[in-house]
Amino acid sequence: MATATTYGARAHARAQEGTRAEAMPVVPASAWPAPPCEAGHLVWAETVAGGNYTHKVLARGTELRLTDLLGDACAHLLLFAADRPWERLNVADTVKVQWNAYLGEGQLLLSDQGRVLATVIADTSGRHDALCGTSGLVRNTERYGDGTPQSPSPAGRELFKLAAAKNGLAPRDLPPSLSFFQGVEVREDGSLDFTGSAGPGLSVTLRTEQDITVLLANVPHPADPREAYTSTPLEVLAWRAEATRSGDPLWEATPEGHRAFLNTAEFLAARGIA
Amino acid sequence: MSEQTVQRTTVPARAAWSAVVRAGATLTITDLHGNQAVDFLVYDAGDTTVRYSAPDTIQEQGNIFLTTGSVLMSNEHTPLMTVVADDVGRHDTVGGACSKESNTLRYGHHTWSQHACVDNFLAEGARYGLGKRDLVSNINWYMNVPVEKDGTLGIVDGISAPGLSLTLRAERDVLVLVSNCPQINNPCNGFEPTAVEMTIGAPE
Repeated sequence: MATATTYGARAHARAQEGTRAEAMPVVPASAWPAPPCEAGHLVWAETVAGGNYTHKVLARGTELRLTDLLGDACAHLLLFAADRPWERLNVADTVKVQWNAYLGEGQLLLSDQGRVLATVIADTSGRHDALCGTSGLVRNTERYGDGTPQSPSPAGRELFKLAAAKNGLAPRDLPPSLSFFQGVEVREDGSLDFTGSAGPGLSVTLRTEQDITVLLANVPHPADPREAYTSTPLEVLAWRAEATRSGDPLWEATPEGHRAFLNTAEFLAARGIA
Repeated sequence: MSEQTVQRTTVPARAAWSAVVRAGATLTITDLHGNQAVDFLVYDAGDTTVRYSAPDTIQEQGNIFLTTGSVLMSNEHTPLMTVVADDVGRHDTVGGACSKESNTLRYGHHTWSQHACVDNFLAEGARYGLGKRDLVSNINWYMNVPVEKDGTLGIVDGISAPGLSLTLRAERDVLVLVSNCPQINNPCNGFEPTAVEMTIGAPE
């Protein structure tokens, strides 16, 4: 198709409509071929390429399912209260308050304000990490030759900076992150064992307990010992559901979590939200 | 004070402290009475968006405990300070700071009026233009946080003792913020916060 004229260039660009790529967002999300819920409830349907990132603002009471399609995804995650990004995921409080260094079903992802941002409501992987954070430019350059976002081996932090910028946030807004699908275990002497992936097709489902901004980077875990930058697609599906309420087993599961839900409910009530 | 000592300060129980430590200079933290957690954040003095990163530090050494030889890494995976001496053997990178908010989760709402480290960090950081966005997971010197096989983690009785110390060397000009932890609901301060001593030594 001739692109030497504006008319030709326009026609050429428009002819790309409908092209399918392996990794892409499906818009509207309801067009996703195999929805895990009523199709009309889907609000986000995307396949994130290895070495790429995505972001979304999700309403309170949304379920967010991350799936490691081929077994080498690693979903690095940051959460912020939408429109109040100074309230954000606090990894230290998340592990300390719940007396557990590992992530899994039933765990609350806590903010620095003693409230719940999201809960982990299902987990078929069990290989996650709250200790090592994501990868950085300096180390990726040492390990893979490059770590810049457009390179074949982007660092997680560099991608988080871009996702943050698109939500009006700066590098100083990026606290330590969590990662799903590539695990680490702590030995008695404090040293770490990289346990890697539990295999392809496994998923983690989060439920948002406030309106939150989600930043996701799909890059290799920083402790992945493999020489090659190994990162495969991550499926992201989100649908409208309900936030955790009094009476849900999760609400009463632990005294610390119970108080976190109470704090969250009180905050939302005071704002006239829920 | 020896000739090489630039500054020596006793930080009272529950108080905050800060200083710029020049490249090559040392900072010695002495646990005067034993079993006192010293919450610690460090920033590049010239660019505070470059600051201590617990995960990069854990990555770098493949261990969640800090001791002699541990390098405190920034969020850009560059060295900020190095532990050059340590009488205790292990310090915490995982537990972060106590806050009035997290105290309500950990112990109950009756703790709201108590002092907490995050307030110290906010007050001390504000002197340098730092705010809430600039607070990240911090180091807890002298705090003992083991992780069991099943992932259970918690603050337990300390392994420090009166007079034990550790020394850090600045790898560049750094700004250090300290909260001498006021926590009274867990064993990190033996349920009774006490004073610590900060000594800045001249660059070699």
